[in-house]
Amino acid sequence: MANDVKPRVRVPKSAKAGESIVLKTLISHPMETGLRKDSSGAVIPRAIINRFTCEVAGKMVLDMTLEPAISTNPYIEFEAVIEEAGDIKFTWYDDDGSVYEDVKPITIA
Amino acid sequence: MKLSRREALVLAIGSVAAAAIPMTAYAAVEEAIATFTGGAAVGDAGVTLTAPEIAENGNTVPVSVSAPGATSILIVAAGNPTPGVCQFNFGEAAGAQAASTRMRLATTQDVIAIAKMADGSFARASSEVKVTIGGCGG
Repeated sequence: MANDVKPRVRVPKSAKAGESIVLKTLISHPMETGLRKDSSGAVIPRAIINRFTCEVAGKMVLDMTLEPAISTNPYIEFEAVIEEAGDIKFTWYDDDGSVYEDVKPITIA
Repeated sequence: MKLSRREALVLAIGSVAAAAIPMTAYAAVEEAIATFTGGAAVGDAGVTLTAPEIAENGNTVPVSVSAPGATSILIVAAGNPTPGVCQFNFGEAAGAQAASTRMRLATTQDVIAIAKMADGSFARASSEVKVTIGGCGG
């Protein structure tokens, strides 16, 4: 597991039923491309987050495939429709098999 | 100007090498797009790609795509060592077929977005980004 991987997400506390809300996510991760070389000329192996998913109450919002061209500390912003109160689940999949998760509750105003 | 045989040879080899480098990169881009579209025809309307005209730092270039009615959007950077950037697949709870992220760009190049619509058609948008400092550690 990469060191110091910390997911951060910004979700409104509540939404109107059927409202589309903006979700912002950031995860601290080096996103090593596998193209760089260290000072001795050896290639630094690739280590990136290759997939990100977001689900609202079990329904898929976004399933994203990430390539090495995504910046360090991947930031992703998108929109989701909230029909009822529940949990929003964010999942990041690392190249090394680690899975990072964050869950945020949302209520209906 | 009259060229000696040696000069003519150097010129010929140089121009072939210069032509070959963009050709291989171009082929990789076409391949990445063809894998996504399956070789289908790609239209022009229906997808919006927002990227800065000039990016001072190629390590974090903000990019947004929007394509109402799309099921997935592919972003390709034509001048990167590996052209793929990311692919967004929108699910049933998506509020809008739009997303933003930040990408790395090695050099000044075209960024291309291809959207796959719900009816199976494809749309394309591209935008040139000028990069002052490249973002591939070089």
